[in-house]
Amino acid sequence: MQPTELIIALQNKNQAAFKRIYDMYSQNVYGIIYNIVRDEALSEEVLQDVFIKIWNSAHTYSEKKGRFFTWILNIARNSAIDKTRSKSFKNTSQNLTTDYFVDILEDKTNFNSKIDSIGIKKYIAALEPLCKKVIDLLFFKGFTQKETAEELEIPLGTVKTRNRICIDKLKQILEV
Amino acid sequence: MDIKAYIASGILELYVYGSLSEKENTEVYKVLQEYPEAVKEVERIENALQQLSAAKAPEDIESLYTKVQEQIQSNNNVIPITRKRTNLPAYIGWAACIALLIGLFIQFNKNQKLQKQLVTNQIEQTLLEGKINIAEEDLSKAKSLLKILRNKDLIQVPLKAQQVDPTAYAAVYWDKNKQTAYIDVAGLPTPPPGKVYQVWSLKLDPLTPTSMGVLDTFNEDDTKIFILANPNKSEAFGITLEPEGGSESPTLEQLYTLGVVES
Repeated sequence: MQPTELIIALQNKNQAAFKRIYDMYSQNVYGIIYNIVRDEALSEEVLQDVFIKIWNSAHTYSEKKGRFFTWILNIARNSAIDKTRSKSFKNTSQNLTTDYFVDILEDKTNFNSKIDSIGIKKYIAALEPLCKKVIDLLFFKGFTQKETAEELEIPLGTVKTRNRICIDKLKQILEV
Repeated sequence: MDIKAYIASGILELYVYGSLSEKENTEVYKVLQEYPEAVKEVERIENALQQLSAAKAPEDIESLYTKVQEQIQSNNNVIPITRKRTNLPAYIGWAACIALLIGLFIQFNKNQKLQKQLVTNQIEQTLLEGKINIAEEDLSKAKSLLKILRNKDLIQVPLKAQQVDPTAYAAVYWDKNKQTAYIDVAGLPTPPPGKVYQVWSLKLDPLTPTSMGVLDTFNEDDTKIFILANPNKSEAFGITLEPEGGSESPTLEQLYTLGVVES
């Protein structure tokens, strides 16, 4: 659901509405950021930056431009990418692997208790390797279809449909 | 439009990802306004992606909110502070300006007062210098007189009071060698207006007076000692009160003092 009333309240600088927006989206924002910067402390830093940006530029959001979730997604990706270009990021000298989000999820056992981790794991196990890659690039990293096609060396026309199939599977597993 | 085919195309997933062009975005938005099924599908996609991306979040993510809250509140507070900041230098500037003007005014006043005082002091100093000069002159005069009167060759002749004024007295100190007489008239009353004392050298047998001079500066001279030339072979001295300018022969009725030279 698009929280239309909350968004309007947020745009009017209502702090209670902002808190609820934080509760709704902070976990997603963190997931996006972590997938890019791969460091917990840095991810928390960026998370704060992202929500301060949301607070300060909420008035620029318009429903006509897209989903509020998408708007937040863009801020999170851009902030995380900015961080990877920053000095502090380079100084911590990240050993950046080419791991995809699913690998992170498989590695770590400390899932958020609120999330059905069994379901996620089921999904991960069931997901084709190509699906993992497509979702990682398009959703987590914000690649365009063209960039995704080039990265994965698949025809441009198949990116959209392939992704559709993968998300359908995800929905089934999560029973959405 | 076949909405099922549209949904199946996978465009709505890309719409949620934010990977469509602006033009495509606008088109999807229009479709969503018309077809509630499409909106439902978008919400399902969003829901699935939210669950997926939330999986890695730390459990204490809620506690991170306090830091965000602090920042947005301090951000809110920063605005008036920056406003004050922009005004502060201006206020300081004006205050400094006014303080400077007041300071200058005070200094100007002080300066004027000091200059006035300086002028007054200079006048006073000049006056004092004049007084000192006079005092020094008087002192040197007195010293030279004292020196003269101590001379052992000087003949001292006290002049005694006569009938006109029994309280009057005078003295003549006569330096025969230098033919000079010092007439001390401190004991004589101040002469009335239009009158002067005249000093006479006398020979007694027969009585022959010779004028030595008039004391026309009697009032001006504080020492009341007058120096007169006396080339005469005096046997006595007398002082009479005469009309201004003096007389050829003494007016004996107005003889104030008289003294004989002791040989």
